[in-house]
Amino acid sequence: MAGNKVKKSLFHEFIKGWWDENPVFRQLLGMCPTLAVTTSAINGLSMGLATSFVLICSSFIISLIRKLIPNQVRIASYIVVIATFVTMADLFLKGIFPDISKALGPFVPLIVVNCVILGRAELFASKNNPGRAFVDAFGMGAGFTIALLVLGAVREIFGSGTIFGFLSFEPLVIMILPAGAFITLGLLIGLMNYLKDITKAKEQPAPACLPAGRQAR
Amino acid sequence: MKKIAKMIIVLSVIGLVSGGVLAVVYQWAQPKIIANQIKETDAAVFKVLPGTKSYKKAVSGDLTYFNCFDKQGRKLGTAILCKGNGYQGEIRLMVGVNNDFSKFTGMIVLEQLETPGLGAKIAEQKFYGQFTGLATKPPIEYVKAVKPEKPNEIQAITGATISSRAVVEIINKSVKQWLETK
Repeated sequence: MAGNKVKKSLFHEFIKGWWDENPVFRQLLGMCPTLAVTTSAINGLSMGLATSFVLICSSFIISLIRKLIPNQVRIASYIVVIATFVTMADLFLKGIFPDISKALGPFVPLIVVNCVILGRAELFASKNNPGRAFVDAFGMGAGFTIALLVLGAVREIFGSGTIFGFLSFEPLVIMILPAGAFITLGLLIGLMNYLKDITKAKEQPAPACLPAGRQAR
Repeated sequence: MKKIAKMIIVLSVIGLVSGGVLAVVYQWAQPKIIANQIKETDAAVFKVLPGTKSYKKAVSGDLTYFNCFDKQGRKLGTAILCKGNGYQGEIRLMVGVNNDFSKFTGMIVLEQLETPGLGAKIAEQKFYGQFTGLATKPPIEYVKAVKPEKPNEIQAITGATISSRAVVEIINKSVKQWLETK
């Protein structure tokens, strides 16, 4: 699919992960860590950063060696590369930030099976040069981190009644429980769709300037 | 045949490189991880038994405890590592008892997987602070909704009785076990 399209600008590859193709809100990938660890803003942020680190490094390496990997063993190779970086991230967190490592618990090793990472390896890094793969992974990682941070912040505000220790009211415990994750995620995706509809409606009055492909989605 | 050979070689090389890199990272991280664990134990022991300057670890069966000494080397008491099942997973905590075993000098929750916002409050000062100065005999009991009156009573967390009860049971069980080894 990527082959017959005009190559998009580097900036597009970078920015798409933030909004248009946000891994959490648009592609609905990597739901497991998204729902499980976002009980507070700091947990969401650190999970996002750990995942981004793995995503960026593994995309870059996979893109570097993409021509050497035989097609039949590509998934196995990707997983080995990804697992290597996940283990590095895990050891790093345990060594330097033991508190965060404890809060995230088993979800750091589970980054190995995060489908955002394998998805980018299979869809992008294995078909593009290392520079583009790096930019793509950086954008996707940033989008994932922002999404987790927002989810964590919303759930922390309503569920624990704190944000950096300021607010104080009787919290809605459900927001901290797993059900709260689904509720928050659903509402945020709804909000994203609503915002997209609004921006689309604004673009509508001038359809003549837009290439036909824009409306395809 | 050539194809298969290539697959095997590529995967082996990736595995080898990955293993090599991880060995280096592990060597760098391992001393730091061990240091963190020691620091964590240190902090916990010093917190449950204020005034501790040094401690000696002792293990008997599956029970681990720390005999604590003050600056002059006099025995202050014992910090006991307790673990058991909570509502959702294992709870690890540490209690300190003074030398003549008349009261608890402190308690701290090291690890817990209780419900955030409810049972997880066992790790908050408001709950674990209740154990400071609590009488050791008879075994700890918990009360709900009313203010604790007896010297061996603590107040359970509203909405998280199971977690509160788990903590009390874990402590009572471990203290009993420790008394038997003495």
